[in-house]
Amino acid sequence: MLSSDSGFIKDVDGVFLFILAISLVLLILITLLMVYFVIRYSRKRNPRPSNIEGNVPLEILWTVIPTILVIGMFYYGWIGYERMKNIPADAIVIEVTARMWEWEFVYPNGVKTDTLYVPLGKAIQTNLISADVNHSFFVPAFRLKKDVIPNKKNQAWFRADEVGAYDIACAEYCGLKHSYMYSKVVVMAEEDFDSWYAQMYGTSQAAPADTAAKRTEGR
Amino acid sequence: MSNHALASQSARTDFMRAAGSRKGILSWILSTDHKRIGILYMIAMGIFFAVGVLFGLLIRLELIAPGKTIMEAQTYNSVFTLHGIIMIFLFIIPGLPAVFGNFFLPILIGARDVSFPRLNLLSWWLFVAGGLMAIVSVFLPGGPADTGWTFYIPYSVRTSTNVIPALLAAFTLGFSSILTGINFVTTVHRLRAPGMTWFRMPLFIWSLYATGWVQVLATPIVGITLLLVVVERALGVGIFDPALGGDPILYQHLFWIYSHPAVYIMILPAMGLISEVIPVFARRTIFGYSFIAFSSIAIALLGSLVWAHHMFTVGMSDTAQWIFSLLTFLVSIPSAIKVFNWVSTLYKGSIELEPPMLFALAFIFQFSIGGFTGLMQGALALNMHLHDTSFIVAHFHYVMFGGTGFGIFAAMHYWFPKMFGKMYNKARANVSFILIFIGFNVLYFPLFIAGYMGMPRRYYDYLPEFQSLHFISTIGSWILVLGLIMMVANLLMGLRNGSRASSNPWGGTTLEWTIQSPPTVENFETIPVVATGPYDYSRYERGEHA
Ligand SMILES: [Cu+2]
Repeated sequence: MLSSDSGFIKDVDGVFLFILAISLVLLILITLLMVYFVIRYSRKRNPRPSNIEGNVPLEILWTVIPTILVIGMFYYGWIGYERMKNIPADAIVIEVTARMWEWEFVYPNGVKTDTLYVPLGKAIQTNLISADVNHSFFVPAFRLKKDVIPNKKNQAWFRADEVGAYDIACAEYCGLKHSYMYSKVVVMAEEDFDSWYAQMYGTSQAAPADTAAKRTEGR
Repeated sequence: MSNHALASQSARTDFMRAAGSRKGILSWILSTDHKRIGILYMIAMGIFFAVGVLFGLLIRLELIAPGKTIMEAQTYNSVFTLHGIIMIFLFIIPGLPAVFGNFFLPILIGARDVSFPRLNLLSWWLFVAGGLMAIVSVFLPGGPADTGWTFYIPYSVRTSTNVIPALLAAFTLGFSSILTGINFVTTVHRLRAPGMTWFRMPLFIWSLYATGWVQVLATPIVGITLLLVVVERALGVGIFDPALGGDPILYQHLFWIYSHPAVYIMILPAMGLISEVIPVFARRTIFGYSFIAFSSIAIALLGSLVWAHHMFTVGMSDTAQWIFSLLTFLVSIPSAIKVFNWVSTLYKGSIELEPPMLFALAFIFQFSIGGFTGLMQGALALNMHLHDTSFIVAHFHYVMFGGTGFGIFAAMHYWFPKMFGKMYNKARANVSFILIFIGFNVLYFPLFIAGYMGMPRRYYDYLPEFQSLHFISTIGSWILVLGLIMMVANLLMGLRNGSRASSNPWGGTTLEWTIQSPPTVENFETIPVVATGPYDYSRYERGEHA
């Protein structure tokens, strides 16, 4: 795969298209053969069957070829995953806390938000912390998902290459409002992010108290 | 056996009417006749299936539009949990082995019953007890479990709903499954008729045999897991619950060490059934008998080693990630071998598209789609995106319903005349097949697309961009249910006033077609001596039509 800054979209979609192409060829082959045989060898056209017990070369062929194909699939899946797990050393570290049923983001300078603001083109590392049950940090637009599990320090990372707002969903069932546990990743140009960050730092004295109040309310 | 012998046999009393020492309902629920036990399972399973379908229909109805449609979120969470528990533990797992395995395993190997008939009856009682416990858990104070059928800790520890009764129900049902497995494995080893060598066994038997081993070896793990949950909750020993210093991932491992092999308990017998149906309606021998037989064993072995592919996003070690991914890809090979052999069995056959054959061919198509989308989730990078989305929901319904479900329907239509001695209306069966086939695909295919777009599973509500796909899916559920109702009604009508079926209406060659319909209590007057393989259609090849 090309080395690109666009998160994992190319990796994930690339593996998907690779497997999809092979699957479609095989599925169409299987289906067309079935339909053709059913018509060509219908009882009307072919009242006398031939008892062919098998064919060892064929069996070897359709064992070996699929094996090679699936090992190829495995390989592409693994390569893409390698990029997901190797977090760049210069990534900005943001603590992500999941609790029933909201997300909280804490920046290196202590700023807390309920929406994830990130600068364009910068690697972002998310340290995933659960305050209660299992959740899963899912950003479909970035093809990114990692479970958030109590007492386990999971990490994920991404790099956004387009300004915009993208959904964050909870993908691991977590009870009553699981389907409402949405937030957003807001990707900003670097200058915009820097000024937002500085401004938030100025007001951050009020922020922790706010979220603390919200937390007790949420329980 | 000649037709003459069949005619003289038909005068004998069949197992449905045979007078035993008990009368009325007791002659059924205390019967140790494997055929009566098979029918008992069929009745119980049919009721649970109807309830499971109803819950599925309600889920789809709720999801027809965003926001609240017919129920609250809490109700919805319980409904999808119950749908999963019922369909998995009370329909798909017992479906083929307990109903058709019980009825036909002894007959297909030329035996009068299973090795342990009383244990067999106990399995059914445990099954019913487990089913009742599941039902009782719904009405106990606290309300029905809302954890999903996976009961993931810590949520399942925190919720106030009745998780423990539901777990106990699953445990009891597991025991029923273990006993059936022991019974089948022993029966295959000990009770084969003279001449019925391993490689003359019908492929359905091979698949039940492989399944039996999985049932015996994997199911106890779910029992151990439950015991650990009880120890944790009663004694406060931290095992799984992070609040007590336990490891919730350990729970997931133990859960899937059982529940992944359980997936193969669900699909293997259906694969065996398809291997029976295709030769009969193609009137020729199966292509690659030993490859299909060994692929069942390979699936049972490899399938027991891939459980953690349900857990690629929990943060396992890299080594675990790649090993489980690689094994997942490899377990697809024996399934692929089966599909290729089934399709090749159609080559130069003499094919009649009777209702069982239609369900079998649809099985191959839908199971293939389920398999290919399974490959997608085996690829690590792609799994990160697809895990816990509606893509998974579509995938396992293609395997479990499009595969096993259709396999069960094929079995019903295939063996109905043997079990009851009557024939259903074939035209109506074909129409119901078409409705079920269309409804099924319209219901589940859109969920692949929604899942790839980022629609998570187990969601009560969803974002507006998913609405059209959910709408189409719900329409599909109505077509599907219409087809199911029509199919069941047609079979029941056939049972009441279907025309009398001959002992071998499809021209099959396996042993069940050599005895009268319905079979006698003893199955065989004299135990047959087997001299050929199971699919000997040489008389059709020579042009001698029976
Ligand atoms: Cu959550």
